[in-house]
Amino acid sequence: MSGSGPEGGVAGYAVCLAGVVWREGLRFLHQRGRFLSALVRPLLWLFLFALGLRAFVGEAEAPPYPGPVPYELYILPGLAAMIQLFAGLQSSLSMVYDREIGAMRILLVSPYPRWFLLLSKLVAGIAVSLLQVYAFLAIAWLAGIRAPGLGYLALLPAALLTGLMLGALGLLLSSLFRQLENFATVMNFVIFPAFFASSALYPLERVRESSGLLYALCLANPFTHAVELLRHALHLGLDAGALAVVAGTAALFLALALWSYDPGRGVARG
Amino acid sequence: MRGEKAGPETALEITELSHAFGARTALDSVSLSVPAGAFTALLGLNGAGKTTLFSLVTRLHRSRSGSIRVLGHDLRRAPGAALAALGVVFQARTLDPELSLRQNLIYHATLHGIGFAAARRRAEGLLEQAGLGARGNDKARTLSGGQMRRLEIARALLHRPRLLLLDEPTVGLDLAARQSLLSEVRRLVAEEGVGVLWATHLIEEVGPGDRVVVLHRGRVLARDTREGLVAGQGAADLAAAFRRLVGLSETAEAPP
Repeated sequence: MSGSGPEGGVAGYAVCLAGVVWREGLRFLHQRGRFLSALVRPLLWLFLFALGLRAFVGEAEAPPYPGPVPYELYILPGLAAMIQLFAGLQSSLSMVYDREIGAMRILLVSPYPRWFLLLSKLVAGIAVSLLQVYAFLAIAWLAGIRAPGLGYLALLPAALLTGLMLGALGLLLSSLFRQLENFATVMNFVIFPAFFASSALYPLERVRESSGLLYALCLANPFTHAVELLRHALHLGLDAGALAVVAGTAALFLALALWSYDPGRGVARG
Repeated sequence: MRGEKAGPETALEITELSHAFGARTALDSVSLSVPAGAFTALLGLNGAGKTTLFSLVTRLHRSRSGSIRVLGHDLRRAPGAALAALGVVFQARTLDPELSLRQNLIYHATLHGIGFAAARRRAEGLLEQAGLGARGNDKARTLSGGQMRRLEIARALLHRPRLLLLDEPTVGLDLAARQSLLSEVRRLVAEEGVGVLWATHLIEEVGPGDRVVVLHRGRVLARDTREGLVAGQGAADLAAAFRRLVGLSETAEAPP
């Protein structure tokens, strides 16, 4: 094969992408604990937090809902976004793990362009996150917390885009962080603020009533817009503003991640 | 792959390659070539710059000056073609311990654009050849050190490269495993015409007729056949010639 490139021509790109997704899937299947905790976390929020809090907040009113809806239905999209937030950071951890076991080198000596390889990793992470989101929604559905049937279909493109945004964030973080120990820091400074200063748990109108500052923070938080994009899609609506913010943020994170990714770091030393 | 030897004769051509990490010069104007169908030993003490050289040839680091050509493909201008033509076994282990042997191989094959069906076929053949035919479903972490190396070599050959790079592949292996690894690689050179660059600090791994490149503190001190090197230094054997070259006294600590 001293020819002029990798085998398979253009179709080879598809093979390469499929291979990266396949390996990520295998890894995910092997780590049952990871799948369970990815599922249990939002379920705890849904069944313990939401049902408990429901007594206080009662029903929530916000677009796109036609009228007041039960609180546990309100927080469904926020929890789906939370799953994707965790999944994005999880795949960033898996990149760090790959560096530590040396598998990252095997990826990077592939003859395909580096941006394509990183994008493949991203797609693999998004695929895994979608699996988790739909497993979660299925359990909620069985428990009677249901959105319109077609909403689950409309959610797919929206969740792809939010997955891209949060996955690119993870990729960016993995290029900044070198070791697994930093995950606690990431939890404190990325996951918690992103989740709590957003519309995931409470309608923004309610937030505005209690604190103007928090309201401003929520609006500036891209995660809010990810949640709203999912919420509208799940109820067969389109929040064009949220779509623009999510798409723009995804593009920005992705560009930064590809630009800052230094393959040599943590991979090879003299 | 046999019978496809019409390609360029030089598997790897490195010209005036330099690299620095911050202020520390790791490689200083290194030039060397690895012919197809020959075994070239890159001989140097620890810290000579062997691993840096490998990182540059596999494009983990970008070289700033000098050029690297793999089978005639310039690594900077045609990285895809260059990387497609080389296989590499890094000094550090790079298998995914949680995947099976077969899965490790198939994953690598897809990274080179080889579809799953073809990948599976090639993987079976190479597992058989590596003496691991019965272990395909076992997880990689269950292998011994020598078996892992054999699997890594099998993996490096999946996309049928014409150039095989091995960075101190025998580190941590016992004598028997070392010899079996070395003879397997020599067989690839002799029978399949692969060009091999074998980095080592172990002089006894260099055989009669091998080409030797001596690397010391980032510079190439000599490029010759083993016999030419010994004669050129007026030494009794390669160990003495190496010591003379790197300027150590006969009594000072020599590489083992």
